[in-house]
Amino acid sequence: MSVEVKIPTVLRKHTDGEASVTASGGTIRELFDDVAGRFPEFREKVMGDDGELHRFINVYANDEDVRYLQGMDTAVADGDVVAILPAVAGG
Amino acid sequence: MLFEDPIAAIGETPLVGLPHLAPEGTRLYAKLEGQNPTGSVKDRIARQMIFDAEKSGPLTDRILLEPSSGNTGISMAMICRLKGIPLEIVMPESVSAERRRMLDMYGATVHLSAGDQGTNGAIRVAQQMAQDNPKYLMLNQYENLANPAAHEFGTGEEIVRDLPEIDMFVAGLGTGGTLTGVGRRLKRHNPNITVVAAEPPAGDLVQGLRSLDDGYIPAILDSTVIDRKFIVGSKDAFRATRALFEQEGVFAGISSGAALHVALRAIRSVGAKCCVVLLADGGWKYLSTGVHTADADEVEKNLGDQIWW
Repeated sequence: MSVEVKIPTVLRKHTDGEASVTASGGTIRELFDDVAGRFPEFREKVMGDDGELHRFINVYANDEDVRYLQGMDTAVADGDVVAILPAVAGG
Repeated sequence: MLFEDPIAAIGETPLVGLPHLAPEGTRLYAKLEGQNPTGSVKDRIARQMIFDAEKSGPLTDRILLEPSSGNTGISMAMICRLKGIPLEIVMPESVSAERRRMLDMYGATVHLSAGDQGTNGAIRVAQQMAQDNPKYLMLNQYENLANPAAHEFGTGEEIVRDLPEIDMFVAGLGTGGTLTGVGRRLKRHNPNITVVAAEPPAGDLVQGLRSLDDGYIPAILDSTVIDRKFIVGSKDAFRATRALFEQEGVFAGISSGAALHVALRAIRSVGAKCCVVLLADGGWKYLSTGVHTADADEVEKNLGDQIWW
């Protein structure tokens, strides 16, 4: 399974400057494991020691925030787009 | 309706149907917050925060300081002018000229923060100013419980009263005050109501965050009342803003288009029979972008680096 993972500017220094990485896996966790296999610093920047998402990181599968789905266990399918973005405020 | 002054006229906004945009078999209503005295939903929280602060004494010998991307600042500026309270606003330099002009006209002092750090940057600058100088009183919409309270006992109460059969509510996520407050009131009314957050595409435009520690989650946001959350690309927001204008005659701001886009998606994917979408402001401050009649590519060009939420 091939899924595009979009990397925010703030994390690109940990992915050799890549704005987008193609990864394989059936869940967000598997995708991130795959990315971290190639870019080791990616894991600590995105996930805590408990394997869950860093507090200030939001992850979207096809534009929907996975925290309100099944979190790191949210399923992804071939052709899906996963985006990582820092939490920001408005108002 | 008779009111003794503009502050008293805040709230009780119309809830109007969008029959041309509602998917078949569903009812879709818009809460028109642009009808508030300064033209946005933020009048509600500005009034509540200032009223609450006044309970511990008059504010006229203090200087209120607030970080805002625009609407909260404008609402506070109107109220502070009427009450004779000095006000200073910290605002990202990347907001539209109309927002700065409104603040100037109401007499607020504007401090600009780095545009590429968005509202997160404005919050940090304001916190530092308040820490360095005790003359400032920061009501802080991101931490002030008056913000969700204004929505729980105002906006949310009005919606439950006017449309008790509501089964979905959609609003933009900025401070989290609208979703937290309205969400709490709706869940008390009917725990099965789906509360949906529409998030601006910060990653598109806020490129200046140096590290993830620059991320920000407002203290007042209660994510337990939110059921689903979608991010909206700028162009989808522009297209929906135009559709609101052309198909329903509703002249709204760009974050309203973003909320509508998410509402239509959530009605289809999550399911709803009676949905309310909150339109946070009117279209006036975005008139120069052409968003109400132009195609999305052109609006993007006109908007440049400006943030619209």
